[in-house]
Amino acid sequence: MAAPGTLRRFLATAWLITRKDITVEWRSREIIYTTVFFAASCILVFAFGFVKDGRPIDDVASAILWIAIAFSGTLALGRTFERERYNETLQALMLAPADRPAIYAGKLAGILLLMLAVEAVLVPLVALLFQAPLFRQPVLLVALLGSGTLGYAAVGTLFAAMLVRARSRDVLLPVLLYPITIPVIIAGVRGTAAAMAPDGGEMARAWVSMLVFFDVVFLTLSLWTFEAVMTE
Amino acid sequence: MPVRAPFDFTTLTVTDVSRHFGRRKALNRVTFTCEAGHIIGLLGPNGAGKSTLLSILATLASPTLGVVRYGGTTAREAGPAIRARLGALGHDLYLYPELTARENLRFFARLYEVDDAAGRVEAALTRAGLADRGDDLVSGFSRGMRQKLALERALLHGPRLVLLDEPFTGLDDAATQALVARLVALKQEGVIVLLTTHDLDVVDGLLDQVLVLQNGRLVTDERQPATGLRARFRRVLAGEAR
Repeated sequence: MAAPGTLRRFLATAWLITRKDITVEWRSREIIYTTVFFAASCILVFAFGFVKDGRPIDDVASAILWIAIAFSGTLALGRTFERERYNETLQALMLAPADRPAIYAGKLAGILLLMLAVEAVLVPLVALLFQAPLFRQPVLLVALLGSGTLGYAAVGTLFAAMLVRARSRDVLLPVLLYPITIPVIIAGVRGTAAAMAPDGGEMARAWVSMLVFFDVVFLTLSLWTFEAVMTE
Repeated sequence: MPVRAPFDFTTLTVTDVSRHFGRRKALNRVTFTCEAGHIIGLLGPNGAGKSTLLSILATLASPTLGVVRYGGTTAREAGPAIRARLGALGHDLYLYPELTARENLRFFARLYEVDDAAGRVEAALTRAGLADRGDDLVSGFSRGMRQKLALERALLHGPRLVLLDEPFTGLDDAATQALVARLVALKQEGVIVLLTTHDLDVVDGLLDQVLVLQNGRLVTDERQPATGLRARFRRVLAGEAR
C-alpha cells in the first residue's frame, strides 16, 4: 500500500494536470464544441434512419447512444493529445520529476470530465429523438455511463499518449482502441437497454458490475504501462 | 527545491552510447564527459543525431547501447529525482499558449514542487523582461518573448544540467545578447549547459567545449576551443565531409 505522502503527491500532481486541462479547454472551448457537434450530428443522422413515422426501432437507442459516445470520445482523445503535441508540452510533462502514472491519471480525469459533459447533452437528445425511457432508473444510468466512460477513456488515454508521435496517429487510434474497448461498449449498450426495461434493474446492475471489473483491469494495466510506453 | 531524495552531480559522462532506429544508427558509440560550470556546444549538420542525444540526456529516450551517468548514477538508478535536476528547452517551447505567462510558470513550478513558487515565478518573469505582461496569454507573445519565457520555465527549478535545442532560433540581436548573458550567468552558477546550434558566430568564444557529431558519430571533442568555429568546422557542419 502506498504511503500517505506518496498518495497525496500522486493526487496533487493528477489534479494539477486536470485543472490545467480544464483551464485550457475553458478558454478555447475547441474540443467541447467540436465533440458535441459531432456526436449530435451522429445521433440526428441515426434518428433519420431508425425512426419511421415517429416510432423508433425497438432497443436501438442504447446502441446509438454508445456509438455516439465512442466516436466523440475518440475525437476528444485525439484533439486533447494533439494540443499537447503541438507545442511539445507532453514532452515537458514527461521531463518533470512527477510520477508519470500521476500525469496519466491527470490526463485521464480531464478527458473523463470532457466526455461526461458531452454525455450530458447526448442523453436527453437520444431520449427525445428516440422516445427512449433513459431516465427510468437515473442512478443506474449514471453508474453505467460513469463506469463505461471510465473504461473507455482509461484505454483511450494510454493509446492516445502512446501514439502522439506516430505519423498516422489519427488512423491508428481507433484501429487500436475499438477492438480493445468493444467489451466496454457492449456492456454499456446491454446495460443501458436493461435500465430502460420495466423490470431490467437486476440485469443493469450486473452490467454495471461487469463495467467496474473492466475499469479495474484497464486502469491497472494503463497505470502500470504508462511509464514504459512513454519512454522511447 | 529538492524533489524527493536530494540528488546532485557535477559531471555528465556519456560512454559508448548508441541509439538504433531499426537498422539506422542515429548515434554510434558516442563517448564524452562534461563538467559543471561549462557551456558545451553540440554541433553537427541536420540529421547528425543531436536531438536524439539530447533526448537521451533528458531521459526521454533510452540508449540502445552504452550508458549515461549523472555524477556516478544512471537515470534508471536515480529515478524521477534525476529529472528535478534537468532543465530542457526544445525547438518547440514547451509552453501552453492558452495560459498566461504567470500561469505557465506557476503550473511548472508546482509540477516541480519548487519551494517559494510564487517568489520564483515573479523573479523569472522579471528576468524574462515580462513582469508587466505576466497576465497576458502566451498566444499573444512574439517568438522572442516566448523564447525568453520558455528559458525561464526551463530554469525555474534550478537544474544542474540544462539542455537547449537551437535556443537562438528566431531571436533578434538584443534577445540573442540577453540569452548569451543568461548562459554566462548559468555557467558562473556551476550549471552544465549543453546546447545545439547552427549560429556559430553567436557562440564563438562562449563555449568551453565543442562536440561535433556527424552521421551519429562524435568526430570532435575539443576543450577550450579557439575562436573561428565556423571556419574550422565548415566542412563537417555543412555535411560535406563523409
